[in-house]
Amino acid sequence: MATEAKTHPLVVSVSPHVRDEESIARIMWTVNFALLPAFLMSVYYFGPRAVYVTGLCILTAFLSEHIYQKALNKKITSNDGSAVLTGLLLGMNLPSSVPFYIPIVGSFVAVVITKMLFGGLGYNIFNPALIGRAFLLLTWPKLMTIWVEPTAKFIALDAKTTATPLGILKEEGVARLMEVFGDKMSLYSSLLMGNRAGSLGETSAIALLIGAAFLLYKKYITWHIPLSFIGTAAVIAWLFGGKEGFLTGDPIAHILSGGMILGAFFMATDYVTCPTIRKGQIIFGIGCGAITMLIRLKGGFPEGVMFAILLMNCFAPLIDRNVAPKQFGAVKKKEEKK
Amino acid sequence: MAHTHKTNWELIKNGMFSENTIFKMAISLCPSIAVTNSLKNGFFMGVSVIFVQTMVNLTVSLIRNFINPKIRIPIFMMVIAGYVSLIDMSMAAFARPVYKQIGLYIQLIVAFASIFARAEVFAVKNKIIPSIADGLGMGIGFFLAMIVISFFRELLGKGALWGFPIVQGNPLLIMVLPAGGFFAVGLLMGFFNWLDARMAAKREAAAAIETA
Repeated sequence: MATEAKTHPLVVSVSPHVRDEESIARIMWTVNFALLPAFLMSVYYFGPRAVYVTGLCILTAFLSEHIYQKALNKKITSNDGSAVLTGLLLGMNLPSSVPFYIPIVGSFVAVVITKMLFGGLGYNIFNPALIGRAFLLLTWPKLMTIWVEPTAKFIALDAKTTATPLGILKEEGVARLMEVFGDKMSLYSSLLMGNRAGSLGETSAIALLIGAAFLLYKKYITWHIPLSFIGTAAVIAWLFGGKEGFLTGDPIAHILSGGMILGAFFMATDYVTCPTIRKGQIIFGIGCGAITMLIRLKGGFPEGVMFAILLMNCFAPLIDRNVAPKQFGAVKKKEEKK
Repeated sequence: MAHTHKTNWELIKNGMFSENTIFKMAISLCPSIAVTNSLKNGFFMGVSVIFVQTMVNLTVSLIRNFINPKIRIPIFMMVIAGYVSLIDMSMAAFARPVYKQIGLYIQLIVAFASIFARAEVFAVKNKIIPSIADGLGMGIGFFLAMIVISFFRELLGKGALWGFPIVQGNPLLIMVLPAGGFFAVGLLMGFFNWLDARMAAKREAAAAIETA
C-alpha cells in the first residue's frame, strides 16, 4: 500500500485505506505462544507423555485440516495456526495417561466435524477443542478420567493414579482435600503452581495467568468474559459451595482447581464462538460461571467448565442480537406515537 | 383429484430413495435418534412403520370418497390410531423384550409426520393400488434408513450387531447415546446427499455425451 502510494500519488481506491498488521495467522500464533508456559509446566509435571499427547493432537489437527481442504479443493489455510491452536488446547484438556488413539480421534472430531463441516474457521458454532473433548469424555468416560499424580521428574516409571482436587471435593468433601494437601496455604500453592492431578494444561494456574496477561496486554482478549466468568463462579462457590451452609464456600479453591483458568481465558474468549459486543460478553461470562458451578455443585460430573462454555456457545448469537446497541438518534416506535 | 401418473414400481422407488422420509424429507427424526441404538430396535421399528404406513394408505384410499374434507384430519388420526394399537398390542404380546425398550415409540407412530403426510397428499387423492405402493415405498424407505443408522450406531457404539459382539476393544460409546444419534443421522444424510449430487452429475455428463 505504502509503496503504491509513493509511485502513484493519486491512486483512487475503495476503503479500507489504512491497514493494520494484524491477521488471523498472527493472532492465532500469538495465542499458541501464550499457551507455551502452561505447556512447559505440563511437561515438567507429567513428563514426556505430555509431549506425546499434545504433539499427537497438534499433528492430527493440522493434518486433518490440510487433507480436508486439499481433498475438497478449498483454499488451504492450515498454516494460519488455528488448527494448531485447536490441537494444543485439546491436548491440554486431556489426562496424561490416555492411550494414543484418543488424541487422534479427538483432534479429528474437533477439526473436521466441529469446524470444517460447518464451513471452516469463523463459521463453527461451538469451540472445536471443547467439542473434541466432550466427544472423548462421552465416548471413553473411563479412560478420560484416569488422572495421574504429577511426578515433577522424568524418571518416575510407574505413574500413580489419583483423583483431581475437584473429584475429591465432590466425592469426599473438604476435610479429605485438606488431608491430602496439608493446610489451606499449601493447597492454594499447589493449585497455583500446578502440582496436582488433572488435565495436562489446566493444572498450573500461574503459567496460564502469565499467558493470559500477555494476551490481555496485546489486547487479543479483553477482561469482560474471564472476569465475569470467574467472578460469577467465585460468588456462587462462596454462597453455596460450603458444606456447613450459606456463605461458607471456598471460592479460591474452586477458581484455581479444574479447568477454570484455562477455560475462562483461552476457551471462552474464542472470537468465533463468543458474543462480539462487550455487554453480551459479560452476560456470556456470567452464564458460563453459573453453569460451571451448577454442574460442579449439583451435577454428576466433578468439573463443568467444558459443558458450561459449550452451552453458552449456543446462546452467543442470541445474546449478540439482544444487546446490539441502538442507532444514534433512533426512536422507539412506541414513543413515536406519542 | 389429482391422480398420480407414476407406475407402482416408480412409487415404491420414490418412497425408498428420492423422497426418503429420514434422509431426504428429514421428517420423523425423533424415532431415528431414539430407537436406533441397536439394530434389533431399529428393525422392529421399521417393520411396524411399513405395516402402519401401508395399511393407513390402503384404508384412507378405500374411504376417500366418503371423507368430508373438513374433518379429514380427525379421521386420519383414528385410522392411524387403530393400526398403531394393533401393532402395539401384538408387539406387547409376542415380542416382549423389544417392546419394553421401544414400546413408547411404537405408540408415538400415531403422531408421525410421515404417515399423516402420505395420507393427506397421496392416499386421499389416489386409487387403492397406487396408494398401497406409495405406503409400501415410504415404509420401506423408513425401514432402510432405520437399518442403516442403527447398523452403524450399534457397530460403532457397542461393537456388536443384533446383540452379538463382533469387535473387541473400546467402542465409541457416544454413538449409542442420543448425541451420537444426531452425529449418525447428520453424517449419513450428508453422505447420501453427496452420493445423489455425484449421480446427478454423472447422469448429466452421460446425457451431454449422448446429445453431442
